[in-house]
Amino acid sequence: MTTTPTLGDRAVKLTVLVIAGLLLFAPFLFQDIRSLEVAARICVFIVLVASYDLLIGYTGIVSFAHTMFFGFGAYGAAISLKQMGPGWDAVIVGAIAGALVSLVMAIAIGLLSLRVKAIFFAMITLAAASVAMVLASQLSHFTGGEDGITYKAPQLFKTATKLMLNDEGKVMRVFGVKLNGKLAAYYFVFASSLVLFLVMLRLVGSPVGTVLKAIRENEARAEAIGYRVVAYRTFVFCIAAIIASLAGTVYAIWLKYTGPDTALSFSIMIDILLMVVIGGMGTMYGAVIGAVLLVLAQYYLRDLMGTAAEAVADMPLLPFILDPDRWLFWLGVIFILLVYFFPKGIAGTLAQKGART
Amino acid sequence: MTLLSLKSMQTNIGQYAVLHDVTLDVPEGGVFVLLGRNGAGKTTTLRSIMGLWEPSPGSVTFRGQDITAMHTADIARLGIAFVPENMGIFGGLTVEENLILATKNGTFDKDRLAHIWRLFPALETFWTKAAWSLSGGQKQMLSVARAIIEPRDLILIDEPTKGLAPSIIDAMAEAFREISETTTILLVEQNFEFARSLGRDMAVIDDGRIVHAGTMAEFAENKELQENLLSLSA
Amino acid sequence: MDQLRMTIERFGGVNLLPVAVALVALVLIGAPSSWVTLTVAGLAMGMMIFLMASGLSLVFGLMDVLNFGHSAFVSFGAFVAASVLAWLGGWLGADSILLNVAALFAAFVAAILFGLAAGWFFETIIIKPVYHDHLRQILITMGALIVAEQIILAVWGGTPMTVPRPNFLEGSILIGDVAIEIYRAFAFILGLIVYIALYLTLNRTRIGLLIRAGVENREMVEALGFRIDRLFVAVFMVGSALAALGGAMWAGYETLITPALGGELMIVVFIVVIIGGLGSIEGTLLGAIMVGLVANYVGFLAPKLALASNMLLMMAILLWRPNGLRPAVK
Repeated sequence: MTTTPTLGDRAVKLTVLVIAGLLLFAPFLFQDIRSLEVAARICVFIVLVASYDLLIGYTGIVSFAHTMFFGFGAYGAAISLKQMGPGWDAVIVGAIAGALVSLVMAIAIGLLSLRVKAIFFAMITLAAASVAMVLASQLSHFTGGEDGITYKAPQLFKTATKLMLNDEGKVMRVFGVKLNGKLAAYYFVFASSLVLFLVMLRLVGSPVGTVLKAIRENEARAEAIGYRVVAYRTFVFCIAAIIASLAGTVYAIWLKYTGPDTALSFSIMIDILLMVVIGGMGTMYGAVIGAVLLVLAQYYLRDLMGTAAEAVADMPLLPFILDPDRWLFWLGVIFILLVYFFPKGIAGTLAQKGART
Repeated sequence: MTLLSLKSMQTNIGQYAVLHDVTLDVPEGGVFVLLGRNGAGKTTTLRSIMGLWEPSPGSVTFRGQDITAMHTADIARLGIAFVPENMGIFGGLTVEENLILATKNGTFDKDRLAHIWRLFPALETFWTKAAWSLSGGQKQMLSVARAIIEPRDLILIDEPTKGLAPSIIDAMAEAFREISETTTILLVEQNFEFARSLGRDMAVIDDGRIVHAGTMAEFAENKELQENLLSLSA
Repeated sequence: MDQLRMTIERFGGVNLLPVAVALVALVLIGAPSSWVTLTVAGLAMGMMIFLMASGLSLVFGLMDVLNFGHSAFVSFGAFVAASVLAWLGGWLGADSILLNVAALFAAFVAAILFGLAAGWFFETIIIKPVYHDHLRQILITMGALIVAEQIILAVWGGTPMTVPRPNFLEGSILIGDVAIEIYRAFAFILGLIVYIALYLTLNRTRIGLLIRAGVENREMVEALGFRIDRLFVAVFMVGSALAALGGAMWAGYETLITPALGGELMIVVFIVVIIGGLGSIEGTLLGAIMVGLVANYVGFLAPKLALASNMLLMMAILLWRPNGLRPAVK
């Protein structure tokens, strides 16, 4: 381990700073609804993936229940906003309820399986996540079932809300952007994500983070030195669960809709895995890069594939390969190749680059 | 004649270098004892010979053949048996099954079996019992029996007396003496009395290096050397 | 108390658990005829799941490899068998039992052959490079599962596929007022035959001895002169083939299959191996029977709880025995 930052290190950090800057000014730089949608999704997924990285990258345990925690947060906000009406009290109640349920589940799963075998943990989290998914679709009077729940966000975030008025009494524009509730909602998402991300960054830089790295490098040795590995792992699992839950709450407020597809489905879990592996495990910054790349690809590359497939419709085989339905197939292949050849992901591989020269 | 020869063997486990420089010649016949403190690298040496860790750089030569990079199973097939520290008993299998697994083609040679039963009568008594139900000493006997159920050229034995009662240790010493008449034994021991009663040649390993090699008779005489190398107060 | 435990131990210990569950269910259900129907359904389901889970459990025990892509074999087995059955539709509809059986046999053989081939491919190409790295193993086999599911989608499409059943397995037998579906009885018997074959192989042959020893202590088996890695490929292939056979039977049981089938069953399979204890086929059978019975009983008694019942069962058993009911000796 080198202590002086390498060229690659700096490149990674610079990239992350540029991404942060772009996200900060996203509403002004990309002035259409879809772009804002993409930017918000990126913000939320950065937090979600980074919290997953806490687990997989810093303790080496694989959980498949991360979407479940994300879902708890989202459903917590959704249900309370639906039942209590749009207001900040509902948001707070929802966030706390989601985080509490996540915490309890995380403790239960952690104590039940982390002391046995790491591999049990992966299986048990997978089972728990699937049960959560089934419950969400079964308890339909509570969760809206397959249709999910639509609700209203707090007054401030309504598109009709005018943050500032110009001389004519209409909503004020800055660089052509309406200062309305939508903008407020985006900055709520951005600020919450930034705070959560910084909290995690602080955590991995703290003594706890050092212990986690020691456990990841050599579990037996860390245990021998006297660290209670199970306690630390359960702790990290709980932290990651709470943060994922909060990310879910934020996303639920932004979307004003929560359903199995947006908050619980296994495909979100696969997205998280892809993002953390593509970005680079155990770096935090990798989560940023992975989330940005994959969300962008999801929104734009898929369309591109569709257009390309139409363009080459007459040619043999090509349309089949480029079919947007093949999208997940190719991602899977890329994922496998990455795990084989670049297990450190983009951030990790880049950071090494400078070290070698 | 040299049976087994280790040349500047270095073994890393993960990122830790356990053996730094192990050079050793084990002559054919008799018991060769490898002594050393806890954590000096004795077990790692045996495991490296057996191919369970791969030494790099360095080499292991057996009867003039380089076996450094060979697969453990192929090394075993050359006639090297291994009695590990934890005995490596298959607890879910019976005593008979443990032994039959160690035979080349799944059948017992009657004479060898009779010989083993005479050395370790307990194994005959508990022939059809699951191996996990045996006592520690009996498990050790089974582990040694497994090593001699076929004719071998070399047996690597890792701390066979650890945790055993004195009476069983005596029986074990008797058995080793008899085995060593036909087969070379490389014995790793901490129990110096036991080692002295058996060994002809010996070496001391410390911090992953061979720090002394010679005959057991010389070493047993030289109290100062023992004190220095083993911190024994005998 | 100790005496009670001794008595229970003498009669089979944890093996009695399914019997106890069945008895409790009988009291709760009350009607013997429904109870018999449910029990048969539970046993049949358990046996099919046993087929799917046994390979996973053995592979894990022998090489410490947990294959998250295992359910892909189940899906492939189901779809390959369904395709063969559809293709041989004429034989299935025929009055001749011989043709019926031939078609079914062909479908199962196709699934098994596919499982063997896919297992070989999976082991040598996907898993071998990451033998001793659990983290990458989970990730890679998960990636392989994604790709495999996408291949199924691409080949068979996303719409549910109807699986034709041979005539002689349709309908049910009436014994008194108890109706037993023939296909369920068939699934149970076939599963039982496979279990007995596996049991005999593991306990009466030298290969089986090697596998059992290898599950306990791989290094020591190698130090005795056996190449476990070569044995492992074979075990992996057989495990995959059994999963494919399980999938094929499941296809006939459900009669309507979707590409999501593997993913749904994977959860159940995992729960079974966790309950049973990794590495032993006796444990896997026990876990599978328990899951099958509990799922059917709870489905009847409290349908709302049915989906969570497996999970609750697993939690209860893990609290009681963290390593599962009958783990291999390690």
